Amino acid sequence: MSALLEVQGLVKHFPILRGVLQRVSGHVHAVDGVDFAIAPGETLCLVGESGCGKSTVGKLILRLIEPTAGSIRLGGRDITALGAEAMRTERRHVQMVFQDPYASLNPRLTAGAIVAEPLENYGEVSAADRQDRVVKLLERVGLRAEAMRRYPFEFSGGQRQRLGIARALALNPKLIVADEPVSALDVSVQAQVLNLLMDLQEEYGLAYLFVSHDLGVVEHIGHRIAVMYLGRIVELADKATLFRAPQHPYTQALIAAAPLPDPRRKRDKLVIEGDVPSPINPPSGCHFHTRCPHAAPRCRQEAPKLKPIATGHVVSCHLHDRP
Amino acid sequence: MATGWFGYRVTPLDRRRWANFKANRRGFWSLWIFLGLFVFSLCAELFANDRPILVRFEGAFYVPVLKDYPETAFGGDFETAAVYRDPEVAGLIEAKGWMLWPPIRYSYRTINLGLNRPAPAPPSTENWLGTDDQGRDVVARLIYGFRISVLFGLTLTVLSSLIGIAAGAVQGYFGGLTDLIFQRVMEIWSGMPTLYLLIILASVVEPNFWWLLGLMLLFSWMALVGVVRAEFLRVRNFDFVRAARALGVSDVRIMWRHILPNAIVASLTFLPFILNGSITTLTSLDFLGFGLPPGSPSLGELLQQGKTNLQAPWLGISAFVVLATMLTLLIFVGEAVRDAFDPKKTGA
Repeated sequence: MSALLEVQGLVKHFPILRGVLQRVSGHVHAVDGVDFAIAPGETLCLVGESGCGKSTVGKLILRLIEPTAGSIRLGGRDITALGAEAMRTERRHVQMVFQDPYASLNPRLTAGAIVAEPLENYGEVSAADRQDRVVKLLERVGLRAEAMRRYPFEFSGGQRQRLGIARALALNPKLIVADEPVSALDVSVQAQVLNLLMDLQEEYGLAYLFVSHDLGVVEHIGHRIAVMYLGRIVELADKATLFRAPQHPYTQALIAAAPLPDPRRKRDKLVIEGDVPSPINPPSGCHFHTRCPHAAPRCRQEAPKLKPIATGHVVSCHLHDRP
Repeated sequence: MATGWFGYRVTPLDRRRWANFKANRRGFWSLWIFLGLFVFSLCAELFANDRPILVRFEGAFYVPVLKDYPETAFGGDFETAAVYRDPEVAGLIEAKGWMLWPPIRYSYRTINLGLNRPAPAPPSTENWLGTDDQGRDVVARLIYGFRISVLFGLTLTVLSSLIGIAAGAVQGYFGGLTDLIFQRVMEIWSGMPTLYLLIILASVVEPNFWWLLGLMLLFSWMALVGVVRAEFLRVRNFDFVRAARALGVSDVRIMWRHILPNAIVASLTFLPFILNGSITTLTSLDFLGFGLPPGSPSLGELLQQGKTNLQAPWLGISAFVVLATMLTLLIFVGEAVRDAFDPKKTGA
């Protein structure tokens, strides 16, 4: 199966400007060489601590920010260097659901206008049919048709996120980048929104790039999971494998640290020490070597590459090197 | 479904703002008084004019306010336009009909030829606030002067706001180098001694209403740029703007539909004060003699006459009272508008 989205060597360095002359005094290495692919109808989850660059990856794919290096191929077409107008036509295939349902909806537009905007924008539905389409979209995400005359502040957080999803669906995209879409919601509402996303995936054959820091959410919705640490993917595997047999020391620690709703269950004592190093000055070699319990001299000098250790399971760690 | 759901709808926030505006009684009444005065001055021709509103002559109606009639139409000798204040013409008409006069029988440029004392003449039953140094009625000149001041101020405010908002929007939205260069250019431009330049430019060209408007526009458009730019800089990084960009919405449309409504509130609170500033600048130019062409009804020119004719205090005092009333009313309205959009009061 050919990939819907293929990302290779994606890099984003944000310049740090200092002084009156705004000279570049350094770079934040937000994304530092990321490769992955998403097949049609599949959910790839990006997990990691805050600041590891997972949201940046999402924004790079939509070209909301411009990548420093690397390539993004959508349906086989390289969109990394497309001009504004060509990019506009490609955008309809990729849509985004944002983290904060309060900030991502214009407070001065009605729900109807918000959902209709992409339709209007690509002029693909006649003005008469637009309204029907908006009603269908709203109903599909579990809102009532009357909702279209109301303003965002009249909705709850969960309803607002449904509105955001309806807006993303309006153009029948193939891929939706969901940037922590449920982390701002109550736990009870989270499940509803996640199930809605999964239902929609089944119905429309959508692919998701699902960015999250919540392993519980990821386990529920993901097909494959990529773990990121300081701008790099350290491990990528299908969900079952990753949770059953994590191979990278960081993944192991991450899974061990996830809270389990079972008070009697004994925790594995795998705690990593220290803080995430600064992305302005990332450690040499393997980014994780400063906190890794298995760090060897080689880890300080040479960055490990992502290597397959089983079908569909790649790890970036010198421990898994096969001579 | 009702139509117009893309259009504007009165939100509860708008209602709270209107309630806040009304709660400022002083500003609320100032607005109505100002609007009343403005509408009155728009109809100035019906209240102060040197020709009757309606003439009945030999069974036919004539409307001299709207149309010029030759003197011969009323049995006069000349083909020229009838001068209704001329006792001869008035006598001809009165003989075979009647005339309906405005309460003040002077237009802003009508010279009272029947003055029996040197101009400026003091107030009398004929000229309620006296005449200026050319024998023209002060009340009529005040009414027309008020009108031209407000119209000039309004036009200048609208045009300079449009330019200022557009310039601020572009700087704030695109940021970066665009913003940097534009800001430096504006710093230099705003450092120019405006009044001197206006005086120099006004001495090069013969200033009329539109010339003067253009000259003043060169320097007044910067008033709103700062506010609008700041608002655009703030809002352009909001998620809903990102969302719009992800949806492929064009830059112009994002600026117009998503950011501008958020920036407009800050601009609105400034408008009455900008209007005030425009009127004051026009008056000061007129006072210095570099403003509207000679003969135009202007408050500044009246003030200037008051200064040169200190023995005729009715000139200076009348102009001062009208100017002060107008500016005070606008300031009160401005305060009420500021209250109306105060986020601490609207909870928005």
